[in-house]
Amino acid sequence: MKKQISAPPLQDEKVISSFGIQRRNMLKFFGASAAVVALGTACTKEGITSIYAPGGSVGSADTGVQLGVGDTQILNFAYALEQLEAAFYMKVVTAPNFTSLFTSADERLFMTDIRDHEVIHREFFKTALGSARIKDLTPNFSSIDFNSRSGVLAQAKAFEDTGVSAYNGAGQYLNDANYLLVAGKIVSVEARHAALIRDLIADNTFADNLDSNSKDIELKPRAVVDIANIYLAADSQISKNGLPA
Amino acid sequence: MNLQNIFSEIENVDPEVYDRMDTRRSAMKQFANLSGKAALAAMPLALGSMFKKAYGQTPTDVLDVLQFALLLEQLEARFYIVGLSATSTAITGAGNATPAGIAAFTKIRDHEIAHREYLKTVIVSLGATPGVEPAFDFTAGNTTVSPNIGNGPFKGFDTNYDIFLAVSQTLEDTGVRAYKGQAGRLINNKPILTAALNIHSVEARHASHVRQLRRSRFQSNAPNLFLPAYTGNIKPWVEQAQSNISGNNPVPGAGGASFGAAVQPNYNGEELANQLTINIQGLSGGFDINAATASFDEPLTKLQVQGLVKPFILP
Repeated sequence: MKKQISAPPLQDEKVISSFGIQRRNMLKFFGASAAVVALGTACTKEGITSIYAPGGSVGSADTGVQLGVGDTQILNFAYALEQLEAAFYMKVVTAPNFTSLFTSADERLFMTDIRDHEVIHREFFKTALGSARIKDLTPNFSSIDFNSRSGVLAQAKAFEDTGVSAYNGAGQYLNDANYLLVAGKIVSVEARHAALIRDLIADNTFADNLDSNSKDIELKPRAVVDIANIYLAADSQISKNGLPA
Repeated sequence: MNLQNIFSEIENVDPEVYDRMDTRRSAMKQFANLSGKAALAAMPLALGSMFKKAYGQTPTDVLDVLQFALLLEQLEARFYIVGLSATSTAITGAGNATPAGIAAFTKIRDHEIAHREYLKTVIVSLGATPGVEPAFDFTAGNTTVSPNIGNGPFKGFDTNYDIFLAVSQTLEDTGVRAYKGQAGRLINNKPILTAALNIHSVEARHASHVRQLRRSRFQSNAPNLFLPAYTGNIKPWVEQAQSNISGNNPVPGAGGASFGAAVQPNYNGEELANQLTINIQGLSGGFDINAATASFDEPLTKLQVQGLVKPFILP
């Protein structure tokens, strides 16, 4: 059951059709019959372009790291996040102040475990993507306070909660059920991390970031890339080309 | 409006569009008798039904997942409602949960109730009737072989905090696996898939916290601790197929084998160390089996989960 993942295409192939319609957006669109009524209405006026305004693509100014298209794009998106998380925890766990910031052996055990999990996720995506993978990203952690326990934990919380929201928001754009399943296998581990980190900051805050239905709140890939780029060097900024809005 | 152009555009995006719709000819034929203003008026509905057929998930499949999820949330919500009720001393009894533990289970209870009510709302919005909550036996006495209602392996779940914690951890870890196993069936319904994922990760947050509670109670040798219920290195994540639950139920009349044996089927399969045919331990750097397996939570099928929750449901 080996999966062949195609290499990222050239930039001008990012926009799948001249209308900027993407297959996954269209599938989503037609998923709701009510929306189809809107399609019909729009068609009677100015044609299909009126509701499919270009916007799936970004102008030539977006010259960052290209994620590819289709499932490859979403897997590279996840790979980028895992690269960031792995780099962050590697820095935390190997820093000389690790034992002074985290005086409890249990906390050090957990932080080290999380480091291992994130490195595994990174290496897993790297192998799964093969030649379609993006380059090794260079982090820019200059905004992070690595000298205090609260600084490290606050950033860990941000990475873990964002990771949960990112996987939850990206699942809908995967076309291959095998990839959806593997993303599901990873996101619950990120949620376990998130809950722990939150509890280390303040006990019983393991799920204090939910909506009114006590659900996690997904983030769309573009919003996640904006966050990720804060922690990436200039030459490693991720392009939002073709990413769902 | 040129219908032909719409199909061409769709074909650009989805080359299999006609496979989804029998043939191009039959797709077009549906519109052959439409003309003029009548055609424009009828078009949205006709297109709607055609595309729904081609792209829409069969409502029964989505509804089946939602009803299945509802049953799990009903089970979880009721477990915590009962555990925190006046009839139960498992959590609030002297020497049992700490104030923080009581607060945690109150929070988890409220989440499960919210999930239950949310799922009901979604099911109603799809024009169906939410399943009625069954009566539960949280001792898990309704086993297939020699059922003994009220005297299952978790007898004492409402008096003994250690048993309550073991059941809670098992339900949360199993909930994570159950939602995960249904994601693929929702792949064509993006909003419901996303909602399910957003519940799935909350179950994982719960599991993480309950595991922390168990670790800390185990380590602190808390009052009333039934030590044999705990084993191994209890962490917020699942290593291999380890439940970290063991011991024989000390409550008189409790049936079944040990706790470990009772919950092990809920954990079997978590030991998977290959993902998409990739050997995780063999990845660059080399990893031990605990890290390799804890990095990925594994799914359970609906059938597997039904088998696991059956002992909790009164006949």
